[in-house]
Amino acid sequence: MAVLPLLIYPDERLKQVAIPVVQFDGTLQAFIKDLEETMSAGPGGVGIAAPQVGQFQRIAIVDVSGARRPVPNNGRLLLINPKILAEEGEVKGREGCMSVPDYTGNVIRAERIRLKAQDDQGQWREYQCEGFEARAVLHEIDHLDGLLFLDRLVSRRNDLFRRKNYQSTDKPA
Amino acid sequence: MNNWFMLTLVGNDRPGIVAHISAALYDAGCNLGEASMMRLGGNFTIMLMVKYEGKAKALGDVIEPVADSMGLHYHVDHIKAHLHQHLLPDVRITVYGADRSGIVAKVSGALTEAGLHILDLESDVAGSEDKPIYIMHIEGHASEGIEALRSALEIVATEGVEVSLSPIETMMG
Ligand SMILES: [Zn+2]
Repeated sequence: MAVLPLLIYPDERLKQVAIPVVQFDGTLQAFIKDLEETMSAGPGGVGIAAPQVGQFQRIAIVDVSGARRPVPNNGRLLLINPKILAEEGEVKGREGCMSVPDYTGNVIRAERIRLKAQDDQGQWREYQCEGFEARAVLHEIDHLDGLLFLDRLVSRRNDLFRRKNYQSTDKPA
Repeated sequence: MNNWFMLTLVGNDRPGIVAHISAALYDAGCNLGEASMMRLGGNFTIMLMVKYEGKAKALGDVIEPVADSMGLHYHVDHIKAHLHQHLLPDVRITVYGADRSGIVAKVSGALTEAGLHILDLESDVAGSEDKPIYIMHIEGHASEGIEALRSALEIVATEGVEVSLSPIETMMG
């Protein structure tokens, strides 16, 4: 096991789209262990995606079960080749990224999601996530598509009356 | 040697202020740091960290011609400052109500007493001339916990001001 070095933006490789995993073998499992250790080593890290350590495969781990304030969660989620099946609602929340030190910003994410992903044996599984966990999953899937939360920042100003039940077409006042 | 200055500029708002000021600073070899720039009551205001290898007087000489040409007052302070020292807010407070003198003093006084360290405050007067409303949005760090702030705000809220408080959970992934 090893803590892997993180790619730090402006490293252009973070903008690369990751490719699907096809081989579910010992190499994959060893990499997942390292990826998980790397996530735990980051202060407060609740998610990590393989591209953050320079492995451009569609692998992410999310675990919000140890969040400072308890939130609904599925425990440790290993997401290989994840696909979002349904999204519902909109909510704004604060995000930071281990690949973007010393900056946090507000991002609008779906409030509830349903997704499927393969486990380390290649089995497809389905999950439902909400709130903080859904945010973490969507943030990590973005990494697989070469997107950072910086690509989705919304202003902190003028959002006082914006509420999660507003339609996405509504503009802040 | 610490070569940071805080440059303050204020004047009637017009298009091109940011472009002209930043061009003058760039031409003089300055680096820009964190900044807050916004229109307040028809004025444009700038608070800008500037790194400059010279004295405050020389930086003033750089700014003066462009400030004069744009009708801006300016002020330069040599400051002790560092980048990469953001504090993470953990609470967001919004306050609104009919505009009355003393709202800010009352609310911020109660919050300070209860341990709030204000990191960011925006406020606005909206509504109409004869019925103005006041809106304030604070992000800060609750050094004595969020419950202490909640109790403090309950007292303020009984005086006809709408107050809401929500924790900011930063998702780090
Ligand atoms: Zn990230």
